[in-house]
Amino acid sequence: MGEALTRLAERFTALLGADSVITDPVRLRTYECDGLTSHRATPGVVVLPGTAEQVAAVVRACVAEGVPYVARGSGTGLSGGALPRTDGVLIVTSRMRRILDIDIPNQRAVVEPGVINLDVTRAVRDQGYHFAPDPSSQQVCSVGGNVAENSGGAHCLKYGFTAHHVLACEVVTPDGEIVELTAGGPGYDLLGVFVGAEGTLGITTRITVRLTRLPETVQTLLAAFDSIESGGAAVSAIIGAGVVPAAVEMMDALSIEAAEAAVRCGYPPGAGAVLIVELDGPGSEVAHQFAEVERLCRAAGAFEVRIAAGDAERALIWRGRRSAFAAVGRISPAYLVQDGVIPRTSLPKVLARIDALSAESGVRVANVFHAGDGNLHPLVLFDDAEPGATERAEEVSGAILDLCIEHGGSITGEHGVGVDKSRYMPRMFTDTDLDTMQMVRCGFDPAGLCNPGKVFPTPRLCGEAPGVRKGVHPLVEQGKADLF
Amino acid sequence: MKPIDALAKVCSDVRPAYPEEGVLGVLPRFVAAPAGVAEAAETMRAAAEHGLAVIARGMETRLDWGLPPQRCDLLLDTHRMDRIVEHAAGDLVVSAEAGTPIEKINAEVAAHGQRLSLDCPIFASSVGGTIATAAAGPRRLLYGAPRDLVIGLTVVRADGKIARSGGKVVKNVAGYDLGRLFAGSWGTLGLIVEATFRLHPVCEATAYVSAVLPDAAAAHEAVQAVLHSPVVPAAVECAAAPGGIEVCVMVEGVAAGVPARADRVSSLLGGADVAEEPPEWWGRYPDGTTLVEITAPPAALARASWLTGAATWSASGHGLLGLEAGPEQVTETVNELRAAHTAVVRYAPEPVRDALDVWGPVPALSLMRRVKDQFDPDHRLSPGRFVGGI
Repeated sequence: MGEALTRLAERFTALLGADSVITDPVRLRTYECDGLTSHRATPGVVVLPGTAEQVAAVVRACVAEGVPYVARGSGTGLSGGALPRTDGVLIVTSRMRRILDIDIPNQRAVVEPGVINLDVTRAVRDQGYHFAPDPSSQQVCSVGGNVAENSGGAHCLKYGFTAHHVLACEVVTPDGEIVELTAGGPGYDLLGVFVGAEGTLGITTRITVRLTRLPETVQTLLAAFDSIESGGAAVSAIIGAGVVPAAVEMMDALSIEAAEAAVRCGYPPGAGAVLIVELDGPGSEVAHQFAEVERLCRAAGAFEVRIAAGDAERALIWRGRRSAFAAVGRISPAYLVQDGVIPRTSLPKVLARIDALSAESGVRVANVFHAGDGNLHPLVLFDDAEPGATERAEEVSGAILDLCIEHGGSITGEHGVGVDKSRYMPRMFTDTDLDTMQMVRCGFDPAGLCNPGKVFPTPRLCGEAPGVRKGVHPLVEQGKADLF
Repeated sequence: MKPIDALAKVCSDVRPAYPEEGVLGVLPRFVAAPAGVAEAAETMRAAAEHGLAVIARGMETRLDWGLPPQRCDLLLDTHRMDRIVEHAAGDLVVSAEAGTPIEKINAEVAAHGQRLSLDCPIFASSVGGTIATAAAGPRRLLYGAPRDLVIGLTVVRADGKIARSGGKVVKNVAGYDLGRLFAGSWGTLGLIVEATFRLHPVCEATAYVSAVLPDAAAAHEAVQAVLHSPVVPAAVECAAAPGGIEVCVMVEGVAAGVPARADRVSSLLGGADVAEEPPEWWGRYPDGTTLVEITAPPAALARASWLTGAATWSASGHGLLGLEAGPEQVTETVNELRAAHTAVVRYAPEPVRDALDVWGPVPALSLMRRVKDQFDPDHRLSPGRFVGGI
């Protein structure tokens, strides 16, 4: 451990107590990665603050020493946004787990950042409410992490993302000040840009979330098609008919095969694609639209349509989809989870191109996607014991992102950029675009110590004339930032 | 080269300003109306080279809101930038240049059974002006404000460079969302030149269910009953009315479903009228020479003693109060409101503006100044129009 880190560890112990500071190398390794396990770095020091004041004190101490720091919630992120720095401090929010207030008349709750996403819903379900963002990791991911990543989920097609469900955040700014950012107040919507900034603009210590009324009715169907094309046509027909489903999910033959092997979900045999469509809302509304959705699925060529008669059957329908990522482990020794977005209407073209990529390279790709909003999650399968296979898989995975960009989409719909995709950012945005985004970062974090090296491939020197950059970047020189 | 010649070199429509073109009394020297994004960028670059203070003008629906600029050399008029760039009907997405009126977008996409669910009170408002002022109407309750509906934004920076964030897909977390940052930034960070919005299908049927309740407490009970029911209203609005407060709930959806939902709302309101058209005050700014916008949690309605005269309240947590009074009385009213809520004076006559703090207290102001300094280091973009002198 370097001198600065040693001094910081002592300072943290004085500030927070010894049980809130980790310096033991073995214990530090618990935190070496988040959900993206291909990137690992053992943090220099881990601190576990319990209050906003403690977070602020930790940040101020880091700033005084010029040491970078990274915030981490439950560590479920899939883009390495919470990847620690060996020369830095990891601030873990897992002790900030209180639900501070539930205010049903105002349809909101106030929570600490370490509160688990699903626990918010559990706390208010009896009163007829839920916290709408439902990332697939909702049983373990933290609300603070949801704020950082602007998390979505299967139901964001209708209900939107975390940004639409956060009303205010108390934030420790990168210089250690505690401020309140709110939506709809006078002044800039700093909350709007803070949510989804992947922890690069500060650390939230208290979040006011919107609570959404539980729907009166939920109806779910599973439709089986011969091919992805006819499944895609059904999705187009549903959206074209003016229906806004709560969720529309699709799986291809390979991902169905994996899900069957893993959880025996019992999807219709011989399906080239299955579509899960869920509608929710007022009973009279849902009943009418659900009949329409069923008709459109059959018209598009569904050879079997199963309608969930209740919550148990609905869970069964969702089981295959929810298990899909982990399930491919049954049919492949290793896999990469990709996350890209395309305009929904480009689905057939892009899937055909992915097929071609797979055929040319001999790399198998299983496709699982949020079909309603064009969010693809191709699972690129490979054998990590085979020489060169990892590289080939990464190549295919990257080529899929290029396809997304080519069709006017995005390199990430919900997993974030983190360290994983910062190198792809220049393919989607110009230097000026990225430079402009980093003006915000310079406003918040001129020293570049708050989660450096994430999101942007090249750090911007704050205070320099826009567009002019000469010589080695001082942050790089100081080892405070990396170039990718 | 003189500034006007430099501007004329890059912009096809440049002239000296007319005397009536002042922004809250501050007369610009020139007016430039670029024909497109590239020309707007060149114009901004020329303005930067000559150190000109720039204010954007769209359809002039809210140019007299906020504070007068400290200075204004160039009024950049976006009315020639009114192209709908792309309507991807199958993807429920539309892109339009900043000068495009919102109503033009709606006319275009309506042909495909779609709409931009941004029912801001003045439909003639331009895309740029609507985003810059974060204007929204009753449907904000269900569909949100510009921050929620803009999925991609192109701006011209103070230095004339074109920058884009977001994109053409709704689900997208690549990079910072500058659309949300620019929503409600009042032209102080850059010139909005093009925006991409998500669209929604037009609903088959709409019903407005209205009842007059005796006072704010009773109106609050009624609104709470609707909000906590599973009826999913698109909007819940209240207005001061003879005999108390009129509560009106908008329900929209399929023709087969709306009547039953409207009946349910009617019984929740203790018996109410169901109509196909909204009441006359719906989605309008209340009359008055001063307009105050109040932001407070939904339950604040219970104690909304201000909800009299020309006043409306949206269950999304936004109130509007129109006043016809002198500086002292407006100041007193605004101070009372600020004791419990956020209250911003949207527009007011000069003596009123001079007598009070138009924007009111602003949390995180120093952070906002730092962001402003990054985007506009010379403070040339709508200087002084925004919070804290920004």
